[in-house]
Amino acid sequence: MKLDNNVKNALFEFLLRMGDDRLILGHRLSEWCGHAPVIEEDIALGNIALDLIGQASAFLNFAAGVEGKGRTEDDLAYFRNETEFKNLQLVEQPNVDFAHTIVRQYFFDVYSNLVLTNLTSCPVNELAGMASKSLKESKYHLRHSKQWLLRLGDGTDLSNEKTQNAVNNLWRFTKEIFDIDETEKLLIEKGIVPEMSGFREKWLDSINKTFMEAKLKLPEDNLDFSAGSRNGFHTEHLGHLLAEMQILARSYPGAKW
Amino acid sequence: MIIVFLKVINNKDRFFINNKIEKQIIGILLDVDWFKLLYYIYLEIIVGDKMEDEKKLSEFQRRINSGEVIEPKDWMPERYRKQLIRMMGQHAHSEYVGMLPEANWITRAPSLRRKLILLAKVQDEAGHGLYLYSATETLGVDRKDLLEQLLEGKAKYSSIFNYPTLSWADMGVIGWLVDGAAIVNQTVLAKSSYGPYSRAMVRICKEENFHKKQGYEIVATLAKGTPEQKKMVQDSVNRFWWPALMMFGPHDKESPNSAELMRWKVKLKSNDELRQRFVDLTVPQARAVGLTLPDPELKYNKERRSWDFGEINWDEFYNVIKGNGPMNKERIKARKEAHENGAWVREAAEAYAAKHKINRKI
Repeated sequence: MKLDNNVKNALFEFLLRMGDDRLILGHRLSEWCGHAPVIEEDIALGNIALDLIGQASAFLNFAAGVEGKGRTEDDLAYFRNETEFKNLQLVEQPNVDFAHTIVRQYFFDVYSNLVLTNLTSCPVNELAGMASKSLKESKYHLRHSKQWLLRLGDGTDLSNEKTQNAVNNLWRFTKEIFDIDETEKLLIEKGIVPEMSGFREKWLDSINKTFMEAKLKLPEDNLDFSAGSRNGFHTEHLGHLLAEMQILARSYPGAKW
Repeated sequence: MIIVFLKVINNKDRFFINNKIEKQIIGILLDVDWFKLLYYIYLEIIVGDKMEDEKKLSEFQRRINSGEVIEPKDWMPERYRKQLIRMMGQHAHSEYVGMLPEANWITRAPSLRRKLILLAKVQDEAGHGLYLYSATETLGVDRKDLLEQLLEGKAKYSSIFNYPTLSWADMGVIGWLVDGAAIVNQTVLAKSSYGPYSRAMVRICKEENFHKKQGYEIVATLAKGTPEQKKMVQDSVNRFWWPALMMFGPHDKESPNSAELMRWKVKLKSNDELRQRFVDLTVPQARAVGLTLPDPELKYNKERRSWDFGEINWDEFYNVIKGNGPMNKERIKARKEAHENGAWVREAAEAYAAKHKINRKI
């Protein structure tokens, strides 16, 4: 498929968003490795991190190709600064505890399933292929985070309290997930990214159903502030995450690993 | 009479009474009804059981000698069970604790490819830990109890994991030397007499081979990299070479459990034999990538067709085992924190399972 420059740029942007979401969330999950509540979760969280970073690698690789400036997925991951990262603020939030980790993951998984399902019919073959491969993994991730959310919400009083607390803390990062900006408008207009209106309603519907079952309350919808992470506006957590992630690659420029 | 009886039954090591006088006394005493009764009960329960055990033990040894595999439901001597629980438990703990030094570098891996491989490796180790805990449970012990022993410092794990990982090169060197040493050990354990353990080893060895390969690949890449990278990898080899040799345990003559474990074919080669095999395998690999092993006494012995090497610092070895290594406290602290911070999660899962009648243990 031959693309105009402005569409190319938009696609590059879109691929960065897809890749960065997965890279940063995968990084957060990988921090659990060796420290999870049970060894089964060391395996599960490690596995999800592995899937997400693998997906990130594919999206960023394709992004670099679309950009056509000879950069690689590693250049994009290791040599961009905070404001050049396009991931959602939600995924850069720290692990805090298992409840925050699961709630963050569940919010993301429901969203990711919607977007990836949508993208499987994308006319850009590479993107459609990546989406359907990622979707298979994402369905498992959703099953994992949903099952845990039910257990934490409907487990003990303490677990319910901790999980409700995590929901309340993370809720404010969920609105921007569904903001559609010029980049996406253009891609939708050109038929590259399928129509995404009504996604927030679908997302809310899933969340609502699970929350009912998990005995969790949806916070008051007080989401006036739209964060703008898709344009590089982040919380302060991202800088520290990147400092750790990028230190080695940046300390030895030009070295092969 | 009671004294005579007690004397007879106290002499538990003898199954039959050979002393003529005692025989006569017992002959007379057997006319006394209550003594007869006690004596027959004694023969039936204590001597009988003991004879039965002796028979079972010799049958067990016969099975071992003929290379049969012992399965969980088979009869086994209590010592065999205990030794296996100790050994397999240590092995499971080693995998679990062994995640920590490598997990230390996942977030800093220098490329996405390396990050994915390292993450997969550490995840494999969690899998091995889980697999080995389950295999140990076939001996009638609970994972919970095994973990408790680890957290209380009562159970050991491989002392190598009490050394810190200070550079990215350590990810290569651990794969190469530590997984390399583990493979030498485990290839032999894969033929051990206890079925669940040997099967676990077969499966684990396959993955460890991949771990070793990726480790050596990192080492080789760094060794032909920039001067800084070369320095980084040589420094790492210097730090890990001796601790890797210590992984095979004390000299045979100092190894308290070895003889028994070898008689039962739980172990098939001695610590020193395996250590030698590891050195012989590794020296050429080090040379191939231009790295020096930090042992001035390392020299090829034409007669033995093997590498001679220097003496391990045994003070350091025993000190680390006793808990005084550079990272012992941190490793146990990390395990304890994960366990304690996770308590509410495990409780929630159990409470949910009870409410929803899910018949599964978490």
